[in-house]
Amino acid sequence: MRRLARALADPASVLALDEEGWTAVLCMAHAERLSGTLAHRVEGLPVPPRVAEILNTARMNAAEARTRALWEVEMARRALTPLGVPIVLLKGSAFLAAELEAGQGRLVGDLDILVPRDALPEVEAALLDAGWEWLKEDAYDDHYYRTWMHELPPLIHRERDAMIDVHHTILPLTARAKPYPGDLIDMALPLGWDGSWDEDGRPVGGLYMLRPESMIVHAAAHLIADGDLSGGMRNLWDIDRLWREFSSQDDEFHLSVAEEAWKHHLGPETMRALRLSDHVFSTRHSRESGNPASAVGKGSWIPAFAGMTGKGDGFYITRLLARDGWGRETHRLLRFAFYIRSHLIRMPLPLLLRHLFTKWRKARSGA
Amino acid sequence: MRHRFDVQVGPVAFRIGSAWAQPVAEMRALYADYPLVRSVPHYTVRLEPERPWRRWLRPSVAIHGDHLLPDALPLPLAQGLLAAEMGMNLQLALGERRFLLLHAASVEKDGRGLILTGESGSGKSTLSALLGANGWRLLGDEFVLLEPETGAMIPFPRPVSLKNASIAAMAAILPESRFGPLLKGTPKGDIRHLKPDPAAISAMHTSAMPRLILFPRFGFEQAVRDVPPGEAFVRLTQASTNYTTLGARGFDALTRLVTTVPAKAIDYPDTATALKMVAGL
Repeated sequence: MRRLARALADPASVLALDEEGWTAVLCMAHAERLSGTLAHRVEGLPVPPRVAEILNTARMNAAEARTRALWEVEMARRALTPLGVPIVLLKGSAFLAAELEAGQGRLVGDLDILVPRDALPEVEAALLDAGWEWLKEDAYDDHYYRTWMHELPPLIHRERDAMIDVHHTILPLTARAKPYPGDLIDMALPLGWDGSWDEDGRPVGGLYMLRPESMIVHAAAHLIADGDLSGGMRNLWDIDRLWREFSSQDDEFHLSVAEEAWKHHLGPETMRALRLSDHVFSTRHSRESGNPASAVGKGSWIPAFAGMTGKGDGFYITRLLARDGWGRETHRLLRFAFYIRSHLIRMPLPLLLRHLFTKWRKARSGA
Repeated sequence: MRHRFDVQVGPVAFRIGSAWAQPVAEMRALYADYPLVRSVPHYTVRLEPERPWRRWLRPSVAIHGDHLLPDALPLPLAQGLLAAEMGMNLQLALGERRFLLLHAASVEKDGRGLILTGESGSGKSTLSALLGANGWRLLGDEFVLLEPETGAMIPFPRPVSLKNASIAAMAAILPESRFGPLLKGTPKGDIRHLKPDPAAISAMHTSAMPRLILFPRFGFEQAVRDVPPGEAFVRLTQASTNYTTLGARGFDALTRLVTTVPAKAIDYPDTATALKMVAGL
């Protein structure tokens, strides 16, 4: 997996790959859903004809996925903008719609949006009205999502077979960190804005994306504070690309990120994500000079995070890179530990035990 | 992985890894006439136990690879060869973007390419195997690879997967050396693989232009009907695994096929009749 990370961060490194090296890198890229990204990164480099053929297929695949994802964005826009509530695109769909570097070659699956919590009922009704339906009709799962999670139960469009996740915040309500979704939405930036304002002083235009610093904090929260790091390589790559793109446009971007991270109680998570990104993709070397970030030593390369150590980073790095040249998952025990951890950080222990007990009873009686 | 097998079939190179020796040994025998060169593969297939202990204890072969169907069921080790074949089909069906893929058999004679498509049980595999034994060159029994830019059929002559009654029918006319092991009681019944004629394998880089599309139906009174382009188009989109993902390329390729190549539906009561009908078309 180091070879894949290297190929992404430093495309010229692929020139040293032999046939076995290419076989492994392409196979791992497939497994991590990074084949389109890899194809984009090494475009124009002299690679063996067979490799060029495979990368070309990956490029076609990514182009098709992009068309499909942007069409889903458009479908959601048509269904939801008449409500007059802000609709914020998250993750891959936002990267594509905003034409960010992080979206280049990215395979976007589901559409993720963030809306104000008090607008959920009307958003849900509008989606159901426009042809989306519940993926799972189960009273307990429904209760689980609506009471404890940060999103509605997933909806799928009955004709296009496309999923939409409607979020009202960026972490489960039961997680330790309590971000302020209202702030994320109020500060969001319009996508494709025509320059006009509405009566409340909001830009008119329909869809929004998170501010750059919020994007970093959200990506970090998603990677470190939610889930078991499956597909983590791709999430980490998002962080690297977002950081490089935004910090090259704004010398004080690191300050905005630090402020945003602390505001949403996600300081340590954000810092860890950035450290990991730097370790795997050399993110901090994005600027040759002038970036105060690169002047700081090991542990915290952003001044505002001075004093934080990288304790435990090794486990995360091993977990992120736990795949072999056949695309197989490795480090079974560590994977399992992160899986357990994903449950523990989602809910306080008593609630988690109750939840698992209910699921276990249902599985026993159902199956 | 412990055991590895590399093979190139037409324009597609596969790498198959297996936790057990048996499936790879069977693949080597079945694919003895193919180029078994190690190169950067288009697709990787992995045959591995679902849980570590299932390598030895009631061994069960899960099919994994670059592209996955979440609900593909594992097979017993005795059917490991079938697992490998299914894995290869799955990779192509889900991952291929160079060609428009039609779930169909195809043969060629004197530059006339013939596409045989229909639901399973229509007899397309058996018909293509029979035609292959009667002077036609087998291009493939599972997938037709249509090159959108040229409209040509790119041969993909994998071993023909014969099922149930057709196994005995083919064994009666072809030598034992052409067959793989008999796989009993698979999810699709009994299966036995038939190696294509060596000439069909050595000509696997020579493409052919389609000249006729056939929709065969087994078990009916002899009948032939012209299929209008619109109907052929719709039936072929249903037979394609990647028509929608190819977008405009797929639409253009399929439109060109059905507007330039005639299509006929043929009903046949037995294979001997079918052979005569095809020869007369």
